[in-house]
Amino acid sequence: MIELALVLATPFATAILLALFGHRRGAAEINSAGSLLTLVAAAALTIHIISDGPMTVYDEQFFVDPLNVFLIALTALVGFTTSLFSGPYMRVEHDHGRLSSARLRLYHSMFQMFMCTMLTALSTNNLGILWVAMEAATLTTVLLVSLYRTPASLEAAWKYFILCGVGIAQALFGTILIYFAAERVLGQSGALLWTHLDAVKSHLEPTVLSLAFVFLFVGYGTKTGLVPLHNWLADAHAEGPTPVSAVLSGLLLNVALYAIIRCKVLVDGALNTHFAGNMMMAFGLLTVVVPAFYLSRQKDVKRLFGYSSIEHMGLITFAFGMGGVASFAGLLHMTVHSLTKSAIFFAVGHAAQMAGTQIIDDIRGLVKMSPTIGWGLMLGSLAILGMPPFGVFTSEFMILTTSIKHYPWATPILLTALGVAFASMFHKVQGMVFGEPTVRPLAHNPALLPVFLHLGLVLMLGLWIPPYLAEWYRQAARLIG
Amino acid sequence: MIPTFLHAIPLSSQVINLCAALMLLLAFAMLAQRRVLTLINLFMMQGFVLFVSTLIVALTTNQHELLVSAGITLVLKVIALPLILHRLIRKLSVKWDIETLLNIPTTMLIGIALVIVAFNVAQPISQLSGTITRATIGIALACVLLAFLMMITRSKAVPQVIAFLAMENGLFFAATSATYGMPMVVELGIALDAMVGMVIGGVFFFHIRQQFDSLDIRQMERVKEG
Repeated sequence: MIELALVLATPFATAILLALFGHRRGAAEINSAGSLLTLVAAAALTIHIISDGPMTVYDEQFFVDPLNVFLIALTALVGFTTSLFSGPYMRVEHDHGRLSSARLRLYHSMFQMFMCTMLTALSTNNLGILWVAMEAATLTTVLLVSLYRTPASLEAAWKYFILCGVGIAQALFGTILIYFAAERVLGQSGALLWTHLDAVKSHLEPTVLSLAFVFLFVGYGTKTGLVPLHNWLADAHAEGPTPVSAVLSGLLLNVALYAIIRCKVLVDGALNTHFAGNMMMAFGLLTVVVPAFYLSRQKDVKRLFGYSSIEHMGLITFAFGMGGVASFAGLLHMTVHSLTKSAIFFAVGHAAQMAGTQIIDDIRGLVKMSPTIGWGLMLGSLAILGMPPFGVFTSEFMILTTSIKHYPWATPILLTALGVAFASMFHKVQGMVFGEPTVRPLAHNPALLPVFLHLGLVLMLGLWIPPYLAEWYRQAARLIG
Repeated sequence: MIPTFLHAIPLSSQVINLCAALMLLLAFAMLAQRRVLTLINLFMMQGFVLFVSTLIVALTTNQHELLVSAGITLVLKVIALPLILHRLIRKLSVKWDIETLLNIPTTMLIGIALVIVAFNVAQPISQLSGTITRATIGIALACVLLAFLMMITRSKAVPQVIAFLAMENGLFFAATSATYGMPMVVELGIALDAMVGMVIGGVFFFHIRQQFDSLDIRQMERVKEG
């Protein structure tokens, strides 16, 4: 109980602190310290849940079970490593005059606030609060995306604000419909609490629930970046500061997907059909295919990896849509995608700073100027493209084999999309990493520990999933169904 | 003389139904409106209708929590947000007419189609409705969709934000009148988000204007393939 309070209160308190002192020297260190404290609290919470099982606390408003505790731990971990990376990165940006001290304060404070909203969304039991936290996460990231205040970043942030605002409004309507259906069974108290809803889900009115799921899926799907509502994603990734791109890809998309999964569990229970699963499979498949063909046309390196994130979200959505063993694979893919993609963004951020541009054609010869950044980017890209022995290979392999078994028609489509993605991305990354250098070394020592820490974890997950982690995934996958 | 069939329906539900009709009417009026100042006034009126309907639901069902949310609606939607919007308009000294991407009659026709869709979608739900105000959930959905339409047919930043807030109005109406109130924490959260969203929108107006010398969203759209 105290652990959960710490997980939520630490980022909030740090955000307030940084709102006051975020422009001073040492703000980056406070940011990291706060994130480290959150990580420690999240680890303690995880141990607590593993030993004592699920718990509901604070008037049943918060609820932690194997599914969300795993995401809380992941979020806290990536949050911490991103804060380590952001220290030197932001210092370079500040030196280049792209950011004033006031902006730096806004950045630090909003980064922690963003962490706080995501952790709240993950741990809450109340579907209404889940919505509020998701909306708050949108608003904080709008400020982060527009941090540079350049025309392009304002455009990206405005697009993000409007599109996600519209999307999330649909999700609220879906939440209202769930309340409407639940109120008839549960009465007014507890009609939005997930644990209560889960207990009576077979008594909920199927027509209302299926309609509610459509709205919730469209709403949270917009935030997940599902096609055709993915337009904001690549812009937001390209124009915001790189640490923000890393947490957007690595964490926010997961949280939005988590919201969909929670709703799917309720709808499956009420309908006893594969309605929600089918919908997730259809849109998941579309989301894998469409961005794969956009990849080769990208000129901006961060947009390139933004599109790659869309593709992977599609794959995860497809996996959860299939259910069963694939849910296990989906959870694993969520983990490895978060770790790999944030590692790639860390490397890309420094690469873009060395080259002074994000245009792929102007970034050349990274390996010669800085072998660590070059190899970090190369290995990260190989990992995200599903090369063995990295963890992404394992999860993609599991998703594909499940699909061969139950939905054989989908397998060639998935394989084609993955092949196209490989061809278009590998070529671009190869050009950036090798060749005659056009890049200059950095003024500050980059923090590359996070890159290799993440890639190391992904490598480990590809070779060996620790038994307790596997058990944990299995429990969570059982919850999802 | 009151027609006999109306005796069966209590006065309060009749008023709520009236409010629902007014909400829809105002949503259409906003869709057709070309002037920003009038648009803000229409938004304020919609907020007021929302306040009245929430108040009536609160009084008839004796839910005191809803009184608080009626109060929030009054302060936020009828007083604070329109004031902020008016001040913004004055500061930015923009009183221009709104250009729409589609002409108004076409927009209205699409709007009518949307209302029909909304009613069809909401039909299975209204049949289940325990509350007497059956049609309200359909109307609330229609208001949301109309605001959505307004958002995509307007090219300037201020009307887009008003559309965003109008969408929130429709959702709030669904929450309070059709389901007789969501839990208080949720409503507080929604209100807070609307407020923060508005402030961020306001901050954005200035930056967009600084960068583009105009609040026209179309000017932002550089050619950005993919």
